[in-house]
Amino acid sequence: MDKLLEVKDLVVEFPTRRGVLRALDGVSFDIAPGEILGVVGESGAGKSLTGAAIIGLLEPPGRIAGGEIRLQGQRIDNLLSAQMRRIRGRRIGAIFQDPLTSLNPLYTIGRQLTETILTHLDVTPAEARQRAIQLLKDTGIPAAEERIDHYPHQFSGGMRQRVVIALALAAEPQLVVADEPTTALDVSIQAQIITLLKRICRERGAAVMLVTHDMGVIAETCDRVAVMYAGRVAEIGPVHEVIHHPAHPYTAGLMRCIPDMDMERERLHQIDGAMPRLNEIPRGCAFHPRCDKAMLRCHEQRPNLMPAGATRAACWLHEVPATPAAVEVAQ
Amino acid sequence: MKSWWMRWWDSDIGYSFRTSPTAVLAALIALLCGLSALFAPWVAPHNPFDLASLDLGSARLPPAWYPEGAWTYPLGTDDQGRDILSALIYGARISLFVGLTSVALSVLLGVTLGLVAGYLGGWVDALLMRLCDVMLSFPAILIALLIAGVGRALFPNAHETLAFGVLILSITLTGWVQYARTVRGSTLVERQKEYVQAARVIGVAPLRIMRRHVLPNVLGPVLVLATIQVATAIITEATLSFLGVGAPPTSPSLGTLIRIGNDYLFSGEWWITIFPGVMLVLIALSVNLLGDWLRDALNPRLR
Amino acid sequence: MNTRVMDDPAKAMTPGLEASVGSEVCSPRPALPQPLVVVEDLARTFDVSAPWLNRVLERKPRQLLHAVDGVSFEIARGQTLALVGESGCGKSTVARLLVGLYAPTRGRFLFDGQDAHAAYASAQRRQLRRRIQMIFQDPYASLNPRWRVEDIVAEPLREHGLLNDAAALRERVGELLRSVGLSPHDMVKYPHQFSGGQRQRISIARALATRPDFLVCDEPTSALDVSVQAQVLNIMKDLQRQQGLTYLFISHNLAVVRHVSDQVGVMYLGRLVELADKRTLFTQPRHPYTRMLLDAIPKLHDTSRARTPVQGEVPNPLNPPSGCAFHPRCPHANARCKAERPVLQSMGGVRVACHAVQEGRI
Repeated sequence: MDKLLEVKDLVVEFPTRRGVLRALDGVSFDIAPGEILGVVGESGAGKSLTGAAIIGLLEPPGRIAGGEIRLQGQRIDNLLSAQMRRIRGRRIGAIFQDPLTSLNPLYTIGRQLTETILTHLDVTPAEARQRAIQLLKDTGIPAAEERIDHYPHQFSGGMRQRVVIALALAAEPQLVVADEPTTALDVSIQAQIITLLKRICRERGAAVMLVTHDMGVIAETCDRVAVMYAGRVAEIGPVHEVIHHPAHPYTAGLMRCIPDMDMERERLHQIDGAMPRLNEIPRGCAFHPRCDKAMLRCHEQRPNLMPAGATRAACWLHEVPATPAAVEVAQ
Repeated sequence: MKSWWMRWWDSDIGYSFRTSPTAVLAALIALLCGLSALFAPWVAPHNPFDLASLDLGSARLPPAWYPEGAWTYPLGTDDQGRDILSALIYGARISLFVGLTSVALSVLLGVTLGLVAGYLGGWVDALLMRLCDVMLSFPAILIALLIAGVGRALFPNAHETLAFGVLILSITLTGWVQYARTVRGSTLVERQKEYVQAARVIGVAPLRIMRRHVLPNVLGPVLVLATIQVATAIITEATLSFLGVGAPPTSPSLGTLIRIGNDYLFSGEWWITIFPGVMLVLIALSVNLLGDWLRDALNPRLR
Repeated sequence: MNTRVMDDPAKAMTPGLEASVGSEVCSPRPALPQPLVVVEDLARTFDVSAPWLNRVLERKPRQLLHAVDGVSFEIARGQTLALVGESGCGKSTVARLLVGLYAPTRGRFLFDGQDAHAAYASAQRRQLRRRIQMIFQDPYASLNPRWRVEDIVAEPLREHGLLNDAAALRERVGELLRSVGLSPHDMVKYPHQFSGGQRQRISIARALATRPDFLVCDEPTSALDVSVQAQVLNIMKDLQRQQGLTYLFISHNLAVVRHVSDQVGVMYLGRLVELADKRTLFTQPRHPYTRMLLDAIPKLHDTSRARTPVQGEVPNPLNPPSGCAFHPRCPHANARCKAERPVLQSMGGVRVACHAVQEGRI
């Protein structure tokens, strides 16, 4: 099947005066057309950076130092900024965390929407305005014909995030990168927004890369999920499998840490230690100092993603040895 | 354990300093001027204020590289036989003394008022900010002239000490406002932060909170401002001296020297006014550049 | 757990109801210990009007924000009450009222039998501040970035004059750091050298320096990652058991609340809409807002369940709806809900402020 987005061995570095910091160290995953992929991880894991690298909004001195990003087969990581600008918005849409700062407070939302539409699509201004009104209606904003001429400060937080979603979808992109779209919102609004996001992207056939630290949001929205740790992908697979049958010890620990609303526990499971800082990533597997199943090999060699049941995990526990003994047993 | 200055040298600010040629050069020049001003009696070849040592015969000599000049007076002499180089060094001493003192007092006054206004808020804040507005609407020179005039009228006899007091006072009074405003703004921000609220919950008194918690966190921009203000203060002092209301002629500052020399500019004795002018520019420039570097070094976003 | 409420219904009544019944106050049974924290009709209003000059020139009205509009609850010694709600519900203001950062506009807070706000305003405030402490939400702003950890943790001890000898102070600080899982060697470091979770632990160490009885925790783990959150919550529970601490735990995360609390209070626009013990609240929520909240939270398991549609957003607290604040979003609202504000009433061990529940409609 043709992949919409392919990320292969992506490396992002930050040169500092104390040496080069590798924020992303060989990240690989892909997204099929119309699929919703969740990227989950704790702070410092590199999930937002991955989103920024894909959209082409890495803040200098950060730069892509290796690997490729392909959108429908075409490389987009090595484009000039003028070329990237054409792709950004038209083929990739973006939704950021804070709806307050995502919209320009000085322009009406109608103007911001039509500006995006006119930049990327070949339509007349009148048609652009009609499309904008339709978008607002689709995202559930009441009285769209009037509110299109309102300013961002006249909307509440949840409404503003709806406008941001409309803005991201205005030029009909094939991929939407959403970076923590519900974190700044109240719980009851969160539920509305993720339902909206899911529905509207399915309707338009847009794929979504949903970056978040909230596993519950992932569980409700995504088809597949990638778990990131210390700039690498620890595990990737269908959502249900990763959550209920995690193959990587970090994923397993993470799932157990999350307080469950439906169950009572005397003591929450905790993973001792903390995620290593970028300049202190250990050799071999980045998780081995905190892993209770670490073997000697984990200290030396870094595991790549390998098949582990229904998912793929970067963990030596799942290596299938090609020894005669195994062959014998199979026979 | 490394000594404190070795740790500073290794830190981010130390690194920023040693990799910036302008900062190092500016610091060297400022240090040179400062040290020679401090050790003036030992550094200067003559004492220009010792009337007994003046030789009217060597008045108005050009700088040493001219055929009429002599190396005992490297930069020439003025109309009374004073060695220009020595006058420069002593003059710089006066200028730096006035500049640094008035800035120190400005900082003290401005930071205190800004802290109190920002922390207490309410009518105290409103009153102090209106005061700032009033002070800002008067030009510095005007205030200085006013205070000088009043001072002279009140104490017609204590001329010399009064002159310095008046000078420092007027520069202080025109400079404190920007510190007060900056510190007030930062205090308003810091006051909302949770470490201040934690201190209140512990039961620490407001004065102690201002002094021990808020003050260390709002001093950063003050440092930058103060460095740049030293240059402004020196120039203001020079202007006032030039206008005749600054340093007395018995202990001339760079501004006084410029004024004295101005009269001789068109008769060809350019060295009497130009050299003090160059010295003034050098000091002001090096201090300004240092201040610029400091502002960039302390800005966390640019690091 | 909440049997005390059942045995002593007069204490559970809000002033409105009490007036209608008659002004009898049943004296508590001698065998029952007084709850450590008793809050009665606490309220706080903020004047957020434009400055006087603007008001006069532009003819703008005075604007009052009723951040907390009459909450009442009790916390027994050694227990944890969690206050949950969304933004604008006033839970943070309640926290700040209890620690004396604000004075109430109405109502009382009785701590161990005495009026706390009278104490805060008088010479007894030092005594009280030794017994009530607070932990804040933002681990990055709750420690002074220019102070060493040793000075930060020792500040309450120095301020109250509990220990004056430098060596004794250092030892106590080391002991406190050890009790939250940090090393005593950490005391010479600065806050920026620690991670968010570690900083929160330093905050806890500081709060426990004076051996308080009551800790108010304002969203202590909301800014932390899930795995770090687990560590901090476990430490807080351990410390509670070891030292018999009483907690008021503010949070918007119901899953965390389920783990740490004994009783839960749900707030909406400055009012308490439901107050129950944890098990009852999570298994049998009564108030429509509680049900909506529990339903809205994305869950890890059972993701395909049907949900009741959620309507609207939290209204502007400057302009709250008339009667019951929740009526615009409530599927069960009737005319009475629009006109009359419901009082918090005890119904079968649970306190609910809802006409529909009290009338038996839901």
